[in-house]
Amino acid sequence: MVPVMYYVILSAILFIIGALGVLIRRNAIVVFMSIELMLNAANLAFVAFARQYAATSGQLFVFFVMTVAAAEVAVGLALIVAIFKTKASINVDQINTLKG
Amino acid sequence: MSLSDLVLNLKVILPIAVLVLWACALLIIDLFIPAQRKGLTALLAALGLAVVLGLAVAQAGRQESAFNDMVVVDGFSTFLNVLFAASGLAGIALAYDYLKRTGMERGEYYTLLMFSISGMMLMAQATDLIVMFLALELLSIPLYVLSGFARPRADSEEAALKYFLLGSFSGAFVVFGIALVFGATGSTALATVLEVARNGAANLTLLVIGAGLVVVGLGFKVAAVPFHMWTPDVYQGAPSAVTAFMSVGAKAGGFAALLRIFMVAVPSTSAHLWLVFEILAILTMLLGNLVAIAQTNIKRMLAYSSIAHAGYILMALVTYGLPTTAPIGVAAALFYLVAYAVTSFGAWAVVIALEKAEGKGLELDDYAGLGRKYPLLALAMAVFMLSFTGVPPTLGFMGKFYLFGAAIHGGFVGLALFGVVTSLISAYFYLRVIVIMYMREGDPEVSADPWLKFTAIAAAVLTVLLSLAAGPLFNLAARATLFLN
Repeated sequence: MVPVMYYVILSAILFIIGALGVLIRRNAIVVFMSIELMLNAANLAFVAFARQYAATSGQLFVFFVMTVAAAEVAVGLALIVAIFKTKASINVDQINTLKG
Repeated sequence: MSLSDLVLNLKVILPIAVLVLWACALLIIDLFIPAQRKGLTALLAALGLAVVLGLAVAQAGRQESAFNDMVVVDGFSTFLNVLFAASGLAGIALAYDYLKRTGMERGEYYTLLMFSISGMMLMAQATDLIVMFLALELLSIPLYVLSGFARPRADSEEAALKYFLLGSFSGAFVVFGIALVFGATGSTALATVLEVARNGAANLTLLVIGAGLVVVGLGFKVAAVPFHMWTPDVYQGAPSAVTAFMSVGAKAGGFAALLRIFMVAVPSTSAHLWLVFEILAILTMLLGNLVAIAQTNIKRMLAYSSIAHAGYILMALVTYGLPTTAPIGVAAALFYLVAYAVTSFGAWAVVIALEKAEGKGLELDDYAGLGRKYPLLALAMAVFMLSFTGVPPTLGFMGKFYLFGAAIHGGFVGLALFGVVTSLISAYFYLRVIVIMYMREGDPEVSADPWLKFTAIAAAVLTVLLSLAAGPLFNLAARATLFLN
């Protein structure tokens, strides 16, 4: 059997890729996808630890996280569509009327 | 779970349950209310919140947990629930006229506000990290929508997108942190986490990294430096009534979670984390106050001011590892949250009264002449500015007094001195508002809405009066935290 720590390391790598994606990518949709990757990295860690402790609660948490992610998608995509209608762009560098 | 168990469990979260049900019902009722009579929705929402406020007060003195120890009602949660319900009422009072004036009067505003408050209340009552995460999202997601409520105004949409992206980014940190804490201890219930950590059975590396990630995520929510980048933009771009509510509610919600987690669950990691909190507090106080000096827009100035105040409240968390000081620290933090909430709502009420369409009337220079033309409103604003600075006799002064006192009691004299120095720096930009109001000529226009004036003046009176009765209020906060340990 593959040791649990391998899964945890994989999830940490996924989380870091997601975080870097948020910081580096400029397209709002891709930034958003990177956030989803971070959430799913957490899901992987939850499932791996649930197996280690033989605790089903860890697997249950994944459903909560997925539900919350879905709610965020609903709001996030609506916001991105709205901003695309006004700006005709979803590049986060061009969304910069507020500064000071 | 049998029906009677369910009823017993529901009694613990009765205020939240009523609030959510009422908000759902209001969504449907609102459909039948004609567009020009949305004041009725505001009234119904306010009624619901008043009932919830009453239910929250009625829970005083109770100490029970429910739903397999995932939620709890205790002094801490009751204190904060009352604060949240009251800020909801203030949020409605500020919004009613503002929404009508700016042409964005839609009934959803009030329901979203109520959903957000239910998230904050759940945050105060949660004793399980997963529930805390759900509460965090329940409080945040409606706020994302509310920030973009002035759609299709570009700045509002931009604020919403920025808040959304950085908010869910921070949410991901929280959830990954929770996953690691779960990995370290095999549980997400705060009590079990604490027990496992005390027995030495926990994987300390994972626990500390997990707790650190949770701090990062919640640091975003309370706008602590270096996780504050979104705050000025979002506060400026969001409709002012939303900003007012957000600056109080979201911050208090974030601190509710931070206090609950670090006072209950992970004191065992205090040796590793108090330094982190101290650095966060110092950076936040310094940057918030220094950058606020350079602002000419009042909304941005108040945004940096709110960052700085998060820094002061963070001081309370520095002391959490010391068993003798921790209760005073939490009580001081709760007291400061009340002081901040009252002052903040008052200041925002004045800002909203002066704001005109298209985001005009928000520069500091627009306040010139307010002292002569509207003496009462200017006096109220002066009280708020003095309270933010921490000048007696205001709530802000007493709040800082207790916080710095807790820091000194815990042996962090340097930190307390730093708080005093940054307060002195902040005097510059707060007093500048007073100088502009009273010593410059100008002809400001003010909205005639009675609710705005009432909120501003009531908040000013409370700021002064409560500071004279600060002792009992602090004792209330101290009793609220007694149950925590």
